[in-house]
Amino acid sequence: MRWHRLVAIVRKEVIQISRDLPSLLITVAMPLLLMLAFGYGVRFDIQHIPVYVYDREGSQQSQDFLKHFQASEYFDVVKTVDNYPALIQALDAGDCRLAIVIPADFSERLRTGGTVSVQALIDATDNNTANVSISYSEAVVQTYNREIQLEWLRGHGQAGFQPPLMVDTRTWFNEDLESTANIVPGVVAIIMAVIGSFLTSLTIAREWERGTMEQLVSTPVTPMELMIGKLVPYFVIGLLDTALCAGMAIWWFDVPFRGQWSVFFLSCTLFLIVVLSLGYFVSVIAKSQLAASQVALIATFLPAFLLSGFIYPIDQMPAFIQLITHLIPARYFMTIIRDVFLKGTSIPLLLNDLLALAIFALLLTILATRAFQKKLS
Amino acid sequence: MPAAIATSDLTKRFPGVLAVDRLRIEVHPGEIFGLVGPDGAGKTTTVRMLAGVLTPDSGSAMVSGFDIVRDPESAKAHISYMPQRFGLYEDLTVEENIRFYADVFGVPRADREQRSRQLLDAAGMDQFTTRLAGKLSGGMKQKLGLVCALIHRPRVILLDEPTNGVDPVSRRDFWRILYSLLDEGIAILMSTAYLDEAERCHRVALLHQGRILFCETPAKLKTHLKGAVLSVVAPYPRRVRAALDGVEGMLNALLVGDGVHLVVDDAARRIPELRAKLQEAGLSFDRLVEVAPTIEDLFVAATSGTDGKST
Amino acid sequence: MTNDDAPPVIARDLVKRFGDFVAVDRINLEAQRGEVVGFLGPNGAGKSTTIRMLCGLLRPTAGQAIVAGYDVAREPERVRQRIGYMSQKFSLYNDLRVIENIRFFASLYHVPASVLKERESWVLDMAGLNGRESTLTGTLPSGWKQRLALGCAVLHRPSILFLDEPTSGVDPISRRQFWELIHTMAAEGVTVLVTTHYMDEAEYCNRLVLIFQGRIVASGAPTELKQRAMTGALLLVECEPLGLALDLLQQTPDVRDAAVFGNALHVVVPDANAAIPRLRTALSQQGVTVTKVEPIRPSLEDVFVSLTAAQGAAGKA
Repeated sequence: MRWHRLVAIVRKEVIQISRDLPSLLITVAMPLLLMLAFGYGVRFDIQHIPVYVYDREGSQQSQDFLKHFQASEYFDVVKTVDNYPALIQALDAGDCRLAIVIPADFSERLRTGGTVSVQALIDATDNNTANVSISYSEAVVQTYNREIQLEWLRGHGQAGFQPPLMVDTRTWFNEDLESTANIVPGVVAIIMAVIGSFLTSLTIAREWERGTMEQLVSTPVTPMELMIGKLVPYFVIGLLDTALCAGMAIWWFDVPFRGQWSVFFLSCTLFLIVVLSLGYFVSVIAKSQLAASQVALIATFLPAFLLSGFIYPIDQMPAFIQLITHLIPARYFMTIIRDVFLKGTSIPLLLNDLLALAIFALLLTILATRAFQKKLS
Repeated sequence: MPAAIATSDLTKRFPGVLAVDRLRIEVHPGEIFGLVGPDGAGKTTTVRMLAGVLTPDSGSAMVSGFDIVRDPESAKAHISYMPQRFGLYEDLTVEENIRFYADVFGVPRADREQRSRQLLDAAGMDQFTTRLAGKLSGGMKQKLGLVCALIHRPRVILLDEPTNGVDPVSRRDFWRILYSLLDEGIAILMSTAYLDEAERCHRVALLHQGRILFCETPAKLKTHLKGAVLSVVAPYPRRVRAALDGVEGMLNALLVGDGVHLVVDDAARRIPELRAKLQEAGLSFDRLVEVAPTIEDLFVAATSGTDGKST
Repeated sequence: MTNDDAPPVIARDLVKRFGDFVAVDRINLEAQRGEVVGFLGPNGAGKSTTIRMLCGLLRPTAGQAIVAGYDVAREPERVRQRIGYMSQKFSLYNDLRVIENIRFFASLYHVPASVLKERESWVLDMAGLNGRESTLTGTLPSGWKQRLALGCAVLHRPSILFLDEPTSGVDPISRRQFWELIHTMAAEGVTVLVTTHYMDEAEYCNRLVLIFQGRIVASGAPTELKQRAMTGALLLVECEPLGLALDLLQQTPDVRDAAVFGNALHVVVPDANAAIPRLRTALSQQGVTVTKVEPIRPSLEDVFVSLTAAQGAAGKA
């Protein structure tokens, strides 16, 4: 390895990158856009479920009951109708996800101490929303139930009655149960995976396509010098991008950062080495820039998105798929990055994941160097 | 003095094609050696093998004292290769391109600056150091490619069709630079499809379908042509050719824009005969003289002799 | 609009400007039926731009061009229907078979079905590809590809043909066969315009037009140009050592140009007879051994270089 050759390659790459405005814009703009898109666009908090109501009684008590739905941030009572078919139509048309029917003898039944059935019709095409509708509706009803019972008990001289069993919930790591805190750190990982490999995937293919590689191969430059020289600038860009995204997560999206910065940057370095080497490898074996970029995107984005635990929890996947996720570097990085932001775990607990990343980094680097031949086929 | 380039039975096969067939050439320091032949003759393949970017199937080659087949990397520091699509970085300036190649070859800074000034001056490009390579004209790109190839004082220069598509004026500048290097004892091998460029080389190898037809100095090459070449300038060339068809001693007749080129067995004898024939046919002509044969005449004669109708 | 006596290609004061840059500066030319006209000139001189205007591919900034009886600015479509165009790197599809390429171009040029079969066999015959209809075009040697490309360019029997560096890199025999075809077509009345860098190719043209910086600087038959257009005489000087001789000659006042040619020098002087003895003396005085000094016929390249140098000098003055 000769220093002057390495420096020559690095200098050339830096000049070329700085003069390639479109790519530079992508490097800066794309992460920001992705952060915004995912940060605001992907929400698992289900709120404001549209509700239609058919109140057959229309009494003060039924209105009182409905107010409990109204008050909940999970529901939005959108419209009141006065006939059954209108409800059905609304459900069909998707104007509401939940339709409540209050029977004509609602208050009467309650006064006489009987049970009332309030009908709840649920659009379950989205089973997640349906589950939420069901559980929150039941919660609203339970709350109302308790109020009625307490009132009854007070009316009968048992004012200080307390229910025997209660659950004391403490939410750790994500107190507001905001999905943003879950998603956004993951987005940082996705962005690094995609940008890292996309940028480098073009570099070798481009030199072959433009004809400069043939001349380069006839010089004393070694494959190792070429690879390191080409990846160093992208590594720096990758780290800057990561810092940018992390900054955005913390200051724009208010995601807490509880871990150590050293752990964060160590894992980022390792993961960057992985994705950059992967992109370089793709660039070496692909015949054209077009093919290289497509393969790179598919090889990094899809696994990172689907199999890293970004949106779909790994432990919910079938056993076989779970095994496969062990082969996805993004999985380990996802764990680390979420831990660092939300849990603040110490290194010993993250050691396995860090080690896995390090192994991947080494393997891919070797693969990439070996793949490049200083010869015309 | 040992040869700067020496090959022995160099062979390369591609699927369905024997591109280079047991090639044997020698190039000496201070010499410009021309590898001449049309597309598909095996020129580029040969140059690539000598540059160490393509592995031959069999045979050996010594370039600048190193075995380019077994130990290409050692040789590369002393070789300069300018492929057909030469390696200019269009988004780098002239200066940056030169600096890149200088650093790759480990040329010290002071050396690089002096030599770069010298070469750019000779190429007439000293005003363009900060221009992006992509914005240069075709001829200038070629010259810049050459400057980059020369910056590290190689002992052997390999050029693959360097003047392809370049206009004659730029071509002359290019050649001037090449000739100036010979005094330093550099050996230059260049391939070209321009047969007339062969005349500028010290020695020429005519390649045809991977094999050498001739390998001589241009002057000696032309003596290989059997017979002499006559030029007839006339207003109606087709009629002239038709009239002289089948005449004794005529080996070939080629239509050109303003006349006919004839290959005859004996100029002195045939010229008066042909004049008479044309006058007899009532055809006017401006001139009928012997001209120097071109390398193309030789090539055509040689290749049509060996296998009748060519590709 | 067609007048049978008018030249098929007429350009009058043709101008093309790209912003401030004048690519073509008032070009006037005419090409007769059955004539082969060659356009020579350095890159960027305006050859391609001129051809593109004549083909109806580029709109002139000023001036007029009438090709095949149609004004290129007003009716470019009609012009394009009546011309054939063959480009440098052969626009054939390498992954199509020979016959598929022919049929593709036939459909592009709207060759009527009634004559399609006849034209197909004509092209196959002309290119020597009978029996090879199903060969993949990419596997053909370049000489055959070139003739096939030519055939495809004239499937619609145009009366005017534009060729752009048609034989670069092709072996000499194939090139000669190609030019036989061109001359045959010319004899049948086709007007052929060729752009080229190849001096060898220039020799095949009936008339040459030398373009430099957007203007025509010389025009005439090849031999004519070689005789009169050369400003000065060309001498061959064989001597030793060559490098020293070159330096000396370049400093000699009467020498217009001196260049190395293999083992000798080519020197341009105003007058051969006067120069020969003077050069001999000048060189021998400085220790150069002179073996030969004689006048030689300039090649087209010498003419070209001499004319463009003169133009360049005039431009600088």
